[in-house]
Amino acid sequence: MTLAYFLAGVTMLALNAYVLLGGADFGAGVWDLLARGPRAARQRAAIEDGIGPIWEANHVWVILVVVLLFSCFPPVYAHLSVALHIPISLMLVGIVLRGSAFTFRAYDSTNSPVQKHWGRIFSIASTVTPVLLGICVGALVSGALKLPVGGTFAETYVMPWFTPFALAVGFLTLSVFAFLAAVYLTVEVQEHELQEDFRRMALGAAVAVGVFAGTALILGESTPMRLTGNLLTRSWAIPFQLMTAAFAITTIGALVTRRYTLARASAVLQVSALMWGWAYAQFPAMIPGVHTIESAAAPHITLKLVTIGLCGGAMVLVPSLWYLFKVFKAEPASAFERVDTAEYRTGKD
Amino acid sequence: MTDLLAARTQMALSLGFHIIFAVMGIGMPALMVLAERKWLKTGDPVWLDLAKRWSKGTAILFAVGAVSGTVLSFELGLLWPRFMEYAGAIIGMPFSLEGFAFFTEAIFLGIYLYGWTRLSPKAHWWAGVAVAVSGTVSGIFVVFANAWMNAPTGFELVNGLPTNIDPIAAMLNPASFHQTLHMTLASFATTGIAVAGIHAWMLRKNPEDHFHRSALHIAMLVAIPACLLQPLSGDISAKFVAKWQPAKLAAMEGQFETERAAPLRLGGIPNEATRETKYALEVPGALSFLAFSDFNAEVKGLEAFPESDWPPVAITHFAFQIMVGLGTLMMLASLWVIYRWVRKQEVAHDRPLLTFLALLTPAGFIAVEAGWVVTEVGRQPWIVYGIMRTADALTPVPGLIVPLIGISLLYLFLGVVVVYLLWAQIIKTKPMTQEIRTP
Ligand code: HDD
Ligand code: HEM
Ligand code: HEM
Repeated sequence: MTLAYFLAGVTMLALNAYVLLGGADFGAGVWDLLARGPRAARQRAAIEDGIGPIWEANHVWVILVVVLLFSCFPPVYAHLSVALHIPISLMLVGIVLRGSAFTFRAYDSTNSPVQKHWGRIFSIASTVTPVLLGICVGALVSGALKLPVGGTFAETYVMPWFTPFALAVGFLTLSVFAFLAAVYLTVEVQEHELQEDFRRMALGAAVAVGVFAGTALILGESTPMRLTGNLLTRSWAIPFQLMTAAFAITTIGALVTRRYTLARASAVLQVSALMWGWAYAQFPAMIPGVHTIESAAAPHITLKLVTIGLCGGAMVLVPSLWYLFKVFKAEPASAFERVDTAEYRTGKD
Repeated sequence: MTDLLAARTQMALSLGFHIIFAVMGIGMPALMVLAERKWLKTGDPVWLDLAKRWSKGTAILFAVGAVSGTVLSFELGLLWPRFMEYAGAIIGMPFSLEGFAFFTEAIFLGIYLYGWTRLSPKAHWWAGVAVAVSGTVSGIFVVFANAWMNAPTGFELVNGLPTNIDPIAAMLNPASFHQTLHMTLASFATTGIAVAGIHAWMLRKNPEDHFHRSALHIAMLVAIPACLLQPLSGDISAKFVAKWQPAKLAAMEGQFETERAAPLRLGGIPNEATRETKYALEVPGALSFLAFSDFNAEVKGLEAFPESDWPPVAITHFAFQIMVGLGTLMMLASLWVIYRWVRKQEVAHDRPLLTFLALLTPAGFIAVEAGWVVTEVGRQPWIVYGIMRTADALTPVPGLIVPLIGISLLYLFLGVVVVYLLWAQIIKTKPMTQEIRTP
């Protein structure tokens, strides 16, 4: 049964990667929506550049989460799909529109009014989807997903996730994504002015993260799981919270003093600590009050084969990812290359 | 509309939409890699132009393929949670492996698209090869999962619950080989014929155009082997169906009576109420032969099964006829092109052939959709053949008509946009002359 715990950990790790990479793509879309002022166009260009080559690859992490859930913990996948049917369906619309609009915008650049519409769709979808994702997570941790027998439609399929707590987690997720994106962009852009812009955005988002995390913490006590109590009283919970706080302070300090590489590293750790703190708070429950890791795990043979598959897959993936980042991130795109790819993308001579 | 019907329609729509992009996601990289290879060898800029244009198309298609695939992986749970709960542990394996293949594909596609100036020509070409290989492999893995739904093996049923699970045996079930073979060939045939058709249309206006000639050449290189092998591989599929899913075969052929020396029916309208298929052109004994390699073999008719186990007969029969008919036409077109090549004549000067190819542009896609209707509708009322009924897999969430309408509108919108973009960005733009890199 230890394999089940290992695979639950891997699932969480994949979700963590999705938040750090895919989440930042969503966050970039949020800044695209909010870009204002004299440098708005350049900010948008920097955002598109940052997403460019890594696009979609970042979003495969969520597929890995889904696939691991349904092969290793089928009842959890089935239960969540029923209880969270509505927010997941809405989230899918957001995922579809974000992914396709981003590509369409890149390839429709001969026609700028149309292109603007794609930009709009891209950024609105990027803003709404994280809130829905957060609502799903909020509903899950709050322990409200028990599916009452014989409840009304609203009691069964709406009330469990349409709660102040879940909404707070939704907005927390949105601000975390925006925060990550802004922090990454401070490292990626070269121009001083843009860097300052993104630094200001990162600091603003950091404040939002704090506000929504605090709100969620206060509301958490009133959830069926009495979450806040769990978050603070379990033996190892305090270190997790302290770690999150310490990284948060480091990130803000680094941003204030303009040490961007440090800020990026500690932002990554801060968000990861936040997520693992949540995982720890509900461990070993997968759906609090319904399934634990052990009660939901698939037969041992499946877990074993998936583990072998994961190792095999990692042997292909890790070098590929390494190569991708090496090609694109080592040396920042020079102005020449940017023009060059842009020209190639539009197909104009 | 009942919730069950809404869910089935939504599933069919989502898969039918995704498969178009999946097919091109498998086929286009092959075209693009072949063109780039030619460019590296000859230095003729027309090949570079083609490779770039096709990679642009691949990028647009990949994005829509990826998002519609993501939708599917959630939809399986949103619509059929009981099925996933039951089958997840058994067929999760190919899905996990598929995840990795997609991942690799996405990574190398990124490298390929944005790496024209950053990689050496050789490395860039190999990135393209990685896209093509991982795309094909990912398609194969998903079809493994579907094959299991047709031939569920690798577990024992104890009190209605799967026990003693063997995911490897489930993955390599009796339907896996022929379904993956047939699907992979279909992808190459479809993409090759579609691209050839578009350029054939252009060549009708200007037969000397170097650009369109080159494109047609590469497209036919990919299409021909697949189009010639497809009927053979379809025959393997049919023999499987005859042995494992006799009710599906009977529906495909509109065969209501159990009989020896059963005829092959071309056309015809099956009538479930009167239990006969009228107006068909019958080839005596041919069905028995094709299904069991024996002109006198007994073919089970639908009467051998309770009506509650019948798939929708007419849909299955029509779909099968459409697929086979189009497959035959695609094979004929391939043979015709080979004939011109063997005689060292220009395809571009054979106007009837160009017209024929142009008319066949959508043929592969229609055949693929029809083929999946045969497989999926023909399997009804089962979601897992002989084990679980589709109705029992349905989610308890009511009001499924709402997501069905939502998804339909969304996909309609996406479909229109993709067609417009492919047209405006790839087909209509003038050939690029400037080279970014010289060999
Ligand atoms: C370009 C597309 C294409 C073409 C030209 C053909 N097929 Fe096909 N066929 C498919 C594309 C396809 C498919 C969409 O890919 C299917 C659906 C499931 C599968 O494995 O392949 C399929 C399924 C399928 C099945 C059902 C398999 C099952 O239910 O397990 C049979 C019996 C055939 N085919 C037979 C044929 C024959 C005899 C053809 C003769 C020309 C033919 N197909 C041409
Ligand atoms: C991409 C190619 C595929 C197409 C076009 C396709 C087509 C269809 C169609 C037309 C239906 C509806 C059947 C009906 O209404 O009577 C259906 C149902 C379904 N298919 Fe497939 N299918 C494909 C591949 C797959 C694969 C790979 C899976 C993998 C698990 C799958 C799983 C299902 C499920 C769960 C249903 C719902 C239950 C049912 O009505 O049978 N399909 N599909
Ligand atoms: C037989 C039917 C199918 C085939 C041949 C197929 C093949 C493919 C291919 C080649 C891609 C890569 C995208 C592209 O190049 O356009 C893709 C994407 C995807 N497919 Fe399908 N697929 C099928 C059905 C399904 C089903 C039933 C699911 C749901 C479980 C699914 C899930 C996905 C996902 C999640 C992606 C996105 C991967 C990414 O982001 O790279 N596919 N599919």
